[in-house]
Amino acid sequence: MSRLKTQQPKRPIDEVLASFPRKAASVIPILQAVQAEYGYLSEEAIKLAAEHAAAPESAVFGAATFYSQFRLVPPGEHLIRVCQGTACHVLGAADVLDSLCEQLGIDEGGTTSDGLFTLESVRCLGCCSLAPAVMIDGETYGRVTRAALPGILDRYRKGDSG
Amino acid sequence: MSASVAELRVGLATCGIAAGAEQVYDAILRSLDEHHLDVSVKRVGCMGMCYNEPLVEIVDDRGESTVYRQIKPEDAERLVREHVVGGSRVADLAVGDDEFLQHQVRIVLENCGVIDPESLEEYREHDGYSGLHRALLQMTPAAVVDEVKRSGLRGRGGGGFPTGMKWSFGANETGPDKFLICNADEGDPGAFMDRSVLEGDPHRVLEGMTIAAYAIGASSGYIYVRAEYPLAIERLDKAIADARREGLLGSKILGTEFSFDITIKAGAGAFVCGEETALIASIEGKRGVPRRRPPYPTTAGLWGKPTVINNVETLANVPWILRNGAGAFAAYGTEGSKGTKVFALAGKIKRSGLIEIPMGMSISDIVFKIGGGVLGDKALKAVQMGGPSGGCIPTSMADVPVDYESLKETGAIVGSGGMIVLDETTCMVDVARYFLDFTQKESCGKCTFCRIGTKRMLGMLEKMCRGEGTVEDIDRLVELGNTVKSFSLCGLGQTAPNPVLTTTRYFREEYRAHLEDAQCPAGVCRDLISYRIDAEACRDCKLCVRQCPVEAISQGDGAFQVIDELMCVKCGRCVAACPFDAISVQSGKVRA
Repeated sequence: MSRLKTQQPKRPIDEVLASFPRKAASVIPILQAVQAEYGYLSEEAIKLAAEHAAAPESAVFGAATFYSQFRLVPPGEHLIRVCQGTACHVLGAADVLDSLCEQLGIDEGGTTSDGLFTLESVRCLGCCSLAPAVMIDGETYGRVTRAALPGILDRYRKGDSG
Repeated sequence: MSASVAELRVGLATCGIAAGAEQVYDAILRSLDEHHLDVSVKRVGCMGMCYNEPLVEIVDDRGESTVYRQIKPEDAERLVREHVVGGSRVADLAVGDDEFLQHQVRIVLENCGVIDPESLEEYREHDGYSGLHRALLQMTPAAVVDEVKRSGLRGRGGGGFPTGMKWSFGANETGPDKFLICNADEGDPGAFMDRSVLEGDPHRVLEGMTIAAYAIGASSGYIYVRAEYPLAIERLDKAIADARREGLLGSKILGTEFSFDITIKAGAGAFVCGEETALIASIEGKRGVPRRRPPYPTTAGLWGKPTVINNVETLANVPWILRNGAGAFAAYGTEGSKGTKVFALAGKIKRSGLIEIPMGMSISDIVFKIGGGVLGDKALKAVQMGGPSGGCIPTSMADVPVDYESLKETGAIVGSGGMIVLDETTCMVDVARYFLDFTQKESCGKCTFCRIGTKRMLGMLEKMCRGEGTVEDIDRLVELGNTVKSFSLCGLGQTAPNPVLTTTRYFREEYRAHLEDAQCPAGVCRDLISYRIDAEACRDCKLCVRQCPVEAISQGDGAFQVIDELMCVKCGRCVAACPFDAISVQSGKVRA
């Protein structure tokens, strides 16, 4: 279970949905808002979103699985995103991702058993001159090396990431 | 008597923030406060010199400026004490090389890093919205279309379609409902031009959109922006609200009968949505799957209505053209490619950053004059342009001018503006594999050739990177690539094979080395390399031994270590750990 969910109280889903017009064009903004609140899209959330947007549930599920932003399982407390852009690739992004998998004991896309970290790769963070780059929650780390990773991860383990 | 300081500017675009510019900004404020100084400190967008982030610029009342590079919070006090108070330039922290900016021409980026992007007043002080004034108050819509046609502006998103012509298609459609969409779904990896413009000068994009909407007769517009660009969305939000308040958006703009408003749509992470029909589907709330054209969106686009879609950079050129005239714009560039182009210069380059050059500058001038040459003074091998839709241009063709026609001949494209420099330690087979991995994952799956063809191409490239297969496979790969190009509906599939087609054309020897000799000459493909410790250089410190995850390093026959090549997993950690550079990569497959 994600810590995210137990940490802060969430707005009820009806409240999240209420601000969107009841039309098909709202589907993606609704899913974005729900995920921003809950960290992921539950089966229930997809059903309610479909009802609200007056769209078939299959179409909403279709959109949720088409776009890489959406996730259907709860993420860990901290989201690590390893940039796989071209500049990062030629400067060692694969090694950074491998190191993270190894140091966290999970595969890409996985969440650590304590629910602290989820590891994902991302197409490009757009800060190519800082390659290879890693983003943890909102914070971007540039010119990341294998050796620097334990220190970076520790900040989140001790909970003093700011 | 020295001049007094007028203002300080801190570069606070995404990359500046990532490099620690927020802390620098705070430290400057603290320091000014301690000195009881009331000097304006401005939060500006990208200054372009990404390799020098965090950047601080100090401008005096005569307009002279000094740019300081790689500033840490602890340097802030010195800048304030010595420059702001003392009036003397802090030479050791200043940017020494002027060459980076010297060869650039700034049209799109003229305000980036200069003005506070959150201030409408400042944009106006820099002639902002004067192009809109001219268009709305002095010109007919047809005259605006004509002005843009005469400027020679072409789509900067990669296609290069003449903008004025696209607008005339939209303008010629009758009917009350037309839409204008700004495509800010900057999806190419290694590209951050649009993000920088949106973060650094958002009003310029709004002004360009409003002029375009007037020209084609659209009353509502959308900005489709990547969700991965939260700062750009935030600044656009504020800019739209400010523009509405000032009567620059909304009903009866500038007191005329023309009304237009803009809505932001955040993308949800799908590369294919950069394609215009997929983008439209996404705004409509559906999966971003492209459809067949014609009808083109200018005839039947968003909700079936005529829709003009322009890229961020294209629209950012428009206010300048309306302000300075088509002739001034067309004075830059080449016969078929007018104006400038913004590039995100990155990869193995000394001075990486955001640059704007007149069309027609050669690739080697960009790399060596602006970029300062290859990182570590290694040999330039190729320049990758246009991301997954583009190609690799080899060093032997580095004199090619950057314009639409010349680059097309090489098999690459101008593209949206990603320019990644590759050196001798980059394997071109691996680069091709990297891009195919990307396009294969991003294929929406509608067209069989794109869905399955890219998957098969990736499979072949993965085998090649392991040294498996025969030389004939190269031709099979090219044949499949050409087929995928021919039988895909949209730009994604039509261009996905380009990285393969250019690398097989210019670097065939490297492919052959993988297949015939099981060698990766660049020393990249893990299955085709080995690590070796030079017994002479080794000081027997055993740092590598501690780093090795598989205990493949042991005491050699003397005061040095040796690597068991069969046990080695080629993680490269020993190389990084060795303080004496005693461990090197050797090309060639390890055989038992």
